[in-house]
Order: sequence, then C-alpha cells, then structure tokens
Amino acid sequence: MSLAGTPAVNTAARSARSGRLPLTWLGVAPFFVFVGLFLLLPTGIIAAGSLGDKDGHLTLSNFTELQQAYIIKSFLNSAVISIASALVGALAGALSAYAVATGNPRGTLRRIVTSASGVFAQFGGVTLVFAFLAAIGPVGLLRVLLQDHGVDIFPNGVWLYDMSGLTLIYMYFQIPLMVLVFLPALDGIRPQWREATESLGGTTWHYWRYVAGPLLAPAFLGCTLLLFANAFSAYATAAVLLTQGGVILPLQISNLFTSETGQAQPGLAKALALAMIAIVTIVMLLYTLLQRRTSRWLR
Amino acid sequence: MKFASFTRHVGVAAMAFLVVAACGGTSGGGNASCVAKSAKSVTECGGMDALVAAAKAEGKLNIIATPPDWANYGASIDAFAAKYGIKITSANPNGSSQEEVDAIKNLAGTSSAPDVVDVGLSVALANTALFANYKVATWNDIPDSQKEATGLWWQDYGGNMGVGYDPSKIPGGSISSIQDLLGSGFKSKVALAGDPTKSNQALNGVLMASLANGGSVTDVSKGVDFFHSLKAAGNYVPIIGTAATVKAGTTPVVFEWDYLSSSHGKDVSGWKIFEPTGALLANYYTQAINKEAPHPAAARLWEEYLFSDDGQNNWLKGGARPVRQAAMEKSGKLDAAAAAKLPKVTGTPVFPTADQQTAAGTYVKAHWSSAVG
Amino acid sequence: MSRSRRIKLQVFRGVVFLIMGLFFLGPIAAMFEFSTRGNSVIAPRTLEAWTNIIKTPDLVDAIIASLELAAITSIAMLVLLLPTMVWVRLRLPALYRVVEFLCLLPLTIPAIALVVGLFPISRWMRINLSDSILMLSFFYLVLVLPYSYRALDAGLAALDIRTLSEAARSLGAGWATVMTRVIVPNMSSAILNASLLAVAVVLGEYTFANLLTYENLQVAIAYVGLVSAGTSIAVAVASLLFAFVLLMVLSFVARPRQRGARAEKTLAPVQLVPPAAGTR
Repeated sequence: MSLAGTPAVNTAARSARSGRLPLTWLGVAPFFVFVGLFLLLPTGIIAAGSLGDKDGHLTLSNFTELQQAYIIKSFLNSAVISIASALVGALAGALSAYAVATGNPRGTLRRIVTSASGVFAQFGGVTLVFAFLAAIGPVGLLRVLLQDHGVDIFPNGVWLYDMSGLTLIYMYFQIPLMVLVFLPALDGIRPQWREATESLGGTTWHYWRYVAGPLLAPAFLGCTLLLFANAFSAYATAAVLLTQGGVILPLQISNLFTSETGQAQPGLAKALALAMIAIVTIVMLLYTLLQRRTSRWLR
Repeated sequence: MKFASFTRHVGVAAMAFLVVAACGGTSGGGNASCVAKSAKSVTECGGMDALVAAAKAEGKLNIIATPPDWANYGASIDAFAAKYGIKITSANPNGSSQEEVDAIKNLAGTSSAPDVVDVGLSVALANTALFANYKVATWNDIPDSQKEATGLWWQDYGGNMGVGYDPSKIPGGSISSIQDLLGSGFKSKVALAGDPTKSNQALNGVLMASLANGGSVTDVSKGVDFFHSLKAAGNYVPIIGTAATVKAGTTPVVFEWDYLSSSHGKDVSGWKIFEPTGALLANYYTQAINKEAPHPAAARLWEEYLFSDDGQNNWLKGGARPVRQAAMEKSGKLDAAAAAKLPKVTGTPVFPTADQQTAAGTYVKAHWSSAVG
Repeated sequence: MSRSRRIKLQVFRGVVFLIMGLFFLGPIAAMFEFSTRGNSVIAPRTLEAWTNIIKTPDLVDAIIASLELAAITSIAMLVLLLPTMVWVRLRLPALYRVVEFLCLLPLTIPAIALVVGLFPISRWMRINLSDSILMLSFFYLVLVLPYSYRALDAGLAALDIRTLSEAARSLGAGWATVMTRVIVPNMSSAILNASLLAVAVVLGEYTFANLLTYENLQVAIAYVGLVSAGTSIAVAVASLLFAFVLLMVLSFVARPRQRGARAEKTLAPVQLVPPAAGTR
C-alpha cells in the first residue's frame, strides 16, 4: 500500500535512476508536451492578456482592480457555494458509492448507476435549471402536488432562486461526479481487512476509524478537491438562475468577456481567471498538507 | 514516427493551401468583373447578375448569432438559400453582439469566420475597423441617422421594449400601466430576459421601466428603483425568461423587445404585449460586413436580399419594424397585414444613443446587485 | 458477514437508492411532462416536440461527429494518462503533485476563459492542419483530464503498484506486459469510470464547440431546440437518454476484463509474499 519499497529496492532504483535519468524523464515527456501546448500555452496567453488594458497598453491596473468590493463579494459567494456543494456532494456521493460498491460488481444495478452518474455529472446549464423549475419551481409538478396536500415548500419566498437553490442544483452533478471518481477507491477495499479487524476483536466503528477510513481518506480528500474545483468554475447554471449581476466569480468573468452593452473588459476578465487559478492552487496546497497528515497511516 | 507523419501532414496542408490560393486567384480574376471583396456597391460589382454569379460560385454563407425565430430571420434564411442555392451556416445562435465581433477576430483566416454580423449599435461603433464599406441598392431609403456615411454599418430592424404577458396567469387579464406589476397578483411572476449588467435587452428593460416611472433616457435610477420595489414586493423573478420558462408558467410576465415577445404566441395562446404610453424605448440592430469575409460576394448578396422588399417584409412578419418601413409605406410595398399586427403605440419612441446606453450600463452595473440581490 | 449486518446493509442500500432515485429522476420526469404539453392549458398532450427532433437532417452528422470525438478523446486520455501516472508513481514520485496539479488546472479556469486562450491555437490549427471537427479532440482531452485523472488515481491508490510491477519484472515481464496484463486488469473499474467520464464530457460539451463554430451534438441540439419551447426540452431529454444508452453499452464492453480482474484481485495479496524458492 505504500509508495516506498524496501531499502534494497530503493537504493537499486535510485542508482538506476541517476544512470538512466534522461530515459526516465522521457516516460513523462508526451504528457508534459501535450499539457504544455494545450493547457500551459493558453494559460500563458490569458496571463499575457491580463497585462493589457482596452487599448493594448501594458498595465497592472487589472490586478489592482481585483481588490474592488464587488469582486471580493463575488469571490466570497463562489467560495461558500463551492465549499458547501463540495462537502455535501462528497458525503452524499461517498455514501451512494458505498451503496453501489457493496453490490454485485457485475450486476445491472451497478451498470445503471455508473452510466447514469456519467450522464448527470455533465448535466448543467439552462436545461438543468429548467428541470428543477419544472419539478420544484413555483409552478413545478412536485411543488403543486405538495401544495395540494397542504405542504408549502416555499413558505418564505422562493429560495430556489437564491444561493441555497443554486447549491441544491449543483448537487445534481456533484453527487454523480463523486460516485464515479470515488468508486474505484471503494472497489479497492479487500474483504480480508474486515475479516482481520473482526478476528482481532474490532467492531464496525473500529474498522472504519482505524482501517478503511484512513486508507480511503487520501482518495476522499482528492475527490472533494475535484468537486470544489468543479463547483468553483461552474457558471452556465448560475448564469440562468442568478441575474443579479456577477454574483459568483465565473459569472463576473463571463460578463466581462461578453458584455452586450459595450462594457467588455477582457483584460480584467483574464486577471480574474488568473486569480481563480491562484485560489485553487492555494486550496490544493492546503489539501496536500492535509493529505500528508492523513496518509501517515500508510507508511 | 509521430514527427514524420506530422511533417507530412503539414507539408500536404501547405501544398493544398498554395494550390487553393492559386486557384482562388485565377477564378477571382476570370469571373465576370466582380471582385466582391472590394466592391462598395452592386454597381461596382458589375450589376446584380454578376454579384449573384459570384455568390453562387462561393456557394456558402456564414452568419452568426441569428436564431431563426428572432424577428422571423428563419424565413429570410430559408428563402435566400432556396432562391440562390447558397448554403447558410448559422453559428452560435444565442451569442451576444460582443461574441459576434470576437468571432471575426478569433476565426480570421479560417473558412468559418462570420461573413456578416448583426449587432447592437455600441458594439458596431467600437469595431468599425473590422467592417467593409458597402452600400446596399436601397441605401437611400435608410434614414441618415441610421447609417454610417461611408457604408461601414447600417441599421436593419428594431422595435420597442414591451412587457409581454400571459393574460390567463395575471389578475384582470390585462396590464394597463406599469404600476400594475407591483400588485399582489403578480407575486413571483415578473422577469427580465437577461442580466442587465450583461445583456443589452435587459438593460433596455430597466431603462424603459425608468421612462415609465418618471425617469429619462439619461436617468436610469428610477428603473433600478422600480425593480427594487418589485423585488421587495416579492414579484420579481431573477431567472432569465426564455420560451421554456414562459410556456411552463414560471415567468408569465417578461420585459422583452416586442418582436421577440411576439414569438411566445406559438407556445402560449393569447400572449399579449403591453407598451406603456410615454415610455416607448426603441432600439434598432445594426448590420455590417466582415472586411475579411471568407465569402464576400455571398455576404453582399445576403445584404441585398435583407434590404430588398422581401427581406424587409420578412422582418415585419416577425413583429419587428424594418428600417425601410417609411419608404416602403410610401411605395406601397409594405406588407399591410403584418404591419397591422404590430403593437399599437401612441407617442414618439425614444432612441437612446450609444453614450446614453453606456452611461446607463455603468449605473446599473454599480447598483443592480444591491437593488435586487 | 453476520446476518444482522447484512440486513442493515441492505436497508442502507435501499434507502440510499430510493432517495437518490427520486432526487435524480424527479426533474427528468418533470422535463418529460413539460415536453408533452400543448400550447395552452386546455390543449391536449402532444408528442409534436419529439417528432420535431426526427425532422432535423443535420442531427445525424452531429451525432456521428460527437461519437467520433468521444472515442478519440477517451482512447487518447487512457494512452496519455495511464502510462504517465504509473511511471510517475514508480520512477518519479517527486512529480506526483505536479501532475496532480496540472490535471486539476483545466477545471480551475472557467471554460469561457480557457476558450479565449485556446482561440489562437485553434486558429493556427484550422489554417495549417485541418478544418475538421475532430481537431476539437485536442481541447476535449484537456477538459477531460481532471475527471479522468481523479478516477484513475483512486484506482491506482488501491494497488501496490511498486510491488506488483517489480514482482512481474522479476518474473521476466517487459513494461508492456506489466501495463497490459498486471496493472490494467486490476484497474478495470477505474479505467471504465475514467472512460465513462470522458465520453460523457465530450457528449455534453457545448461551450468550446459553439464558440469555435463547430457543430457537435450539443450545438445541433441547441439549434433544434430553437423551434419551440417543448422541443428544446424534448431534445435535451433525448440527448440524456442517448448518452445513458451509450454509456451502458460501453460498460458492457468492459465486462470480459472484469472476470480476469476478480481473479487478479484475490491473487494480488498473495504476490506480496516473495515467490518461494523453486518457483523461479
């Protein structure tokens, strides 16, 4: 289970590595070339664009603009929604994945759930918002049904149009995404571990707290990080639901790029995109620190 | 192995590019006398027949951000394609004006770049460097205030901002004043067709509300205040009103251009449009030809069609007011039945200038989220 | 497993599936109901919205293009990611976080900003390489990286790659054999899920194709949807069903490997013990 091998193997690998260094790096060359061309180069183009103003002069004004109150507010809104939907989605998704993993690995139910998860993980935008409106909107099927039976789900106004509504709608793609990316980790649980725990006198609690939990923690954290980034950069759904003007960061970026009223500020939009990258980088660093602590069990 | 096949492909592509360029050169010189790219009018192109021949030789036309149900564009697209046998590729139907000019820049040199654009005035004014000079045959019918003197851009159709509504979903079945919308029977029913900090249409919706509440085209604050009151009364729905939400009944009252609002009639029988007296906010869209259009002859022919009587009447049938309306009324070529279906308006419409729109946009951007957030 | 635990587990699974089923199928049912409405409260139910889909000629071309893109992207993803991830774990562990970060990067940039950075590259490719829609697969591969990386990583984390590969190598296997006969069969669930995600991403992708003016499935669907409100929803439900059926078929394709995987899984712990003398 650990990344370190025996000492003998390590020294052998190390000496082999230093001698064959160029060849070793060749193994990852295709990946880095591809990523360099199609990911780092566009990011560089965006970064270059953020250093210019509307007329193309070199300036840092886009970055100083980032301190404006409305941008800070968008960032906070984005952070809250992303963290909330990531945590709830991760928990709900992990539980659902567990329900799937404990079933027949070649059964039809598993196939249906994984295929449906694949479809829903990518479902978003105008149609998703409409689906929720059609179901639990003010004149939605389910809402009217409940109203006829005396239950009003909108006693204090339609919360579906707020951030809480957006978070609920985000669950629709966060949970399936979690199921798909976390399932392989659950599949790696060996029945022998459970048997070993029981033979040592442990209960279910002991099993999860000391055996399966710590072993699954790195994968769980990694998947939660993915969900966070997914929610953080999602904007098509919010664009339809929240028209109060750039409530979350991706909406601000999209507004700044495609303004119809001639107010487009592509430089600022690019600076915002870089800011988003910086934020996720910081989150990733925190996640790495957290990982290192939890994976101490693996050594 | 990968590199060798890559260079092979690049080599073949380069060869193909040179051959096509050479062919293009010879055909351009040998065909009639129409060098469409630099033609500033039909006469410079050698007459309509030469233009048609050149366009047919190109065989394709790229348009952008042109939904078929937007002012009945679909009828013009179908008629043009049938009449001249030119295949029209319509990209990014729901795109914004900014996306249209961005596409010109981002796709420059490829065969998918837009040939013509139909944008808001402010976007047109900011991007004249991308456009070609061209004056359609019916140039003189277009009012001077609605075209650029050298033919860089000219306006095409427009309408007034209205409040479209489903009579069966509101108390009383009709709206007679904008203050009605603040009533208790309109809870969670009133929507805009976009985000006013981003969408031109939604911004003009707020501007119209300002006009109807004692503001003016230079003072949009009354409009923002009106929507704030709507939100406080619980009547404002923050989602974007679309054909689907209208049909579902989620947004039975929508602030929209009247010609767009009329298309809801096919989903909701009895759909009506209310335009407040004394608060007529008008807006016309603007046509321009891409200077580096991949199909310059087809682009110019398309413009000729749109500004012919047929093209103008197609827009009229879509509930929009074509720019040549006055001239066509005089010559009797206007489709009277379609003209009769336009919403009845009393009073003179106000046309905000580009600067006024920008100023309104800046104010709304700064105050919108606190007003309706 | 004790009987009471088995019952508790089944109850847990039943409750989870019930709640999830309602939550996910409810909105779909509502969409379907809407798509069959007539154009006024008293008008009868109609399937007109659905028949409008069949009347569209361009849809078939768009479907084929999207299917080709999905196949190319998911195969390219596996070929690019899996060897790289295994190699990093075995030989270059210092690069692990770098690769992880790079694979998360596409998700941190909103699509609408990323496409701005990709425009110049796309333009160059269109003019110099090919105008075909299949050029999109380069960009889709980037989009798919975060999801597929996470699925593959979760699968790799569950294996002891180092011991497995060294045991196989000490038995005389070359790297190709190690990959295809030792690692891949043990990761069938991760590989399947990574591919499912890749296919789903490609089938559901709209922004890139739309702004780069290519006509893929979602762009064609959006265009069909402009006919009427009911059609726009009907066509969305149809595309979900189509993707679902496709993914189900894909999951059956992966079946033969799973039988081998089951055997490998029970064998793998045994390989942790060094081979006894005399088996070599």
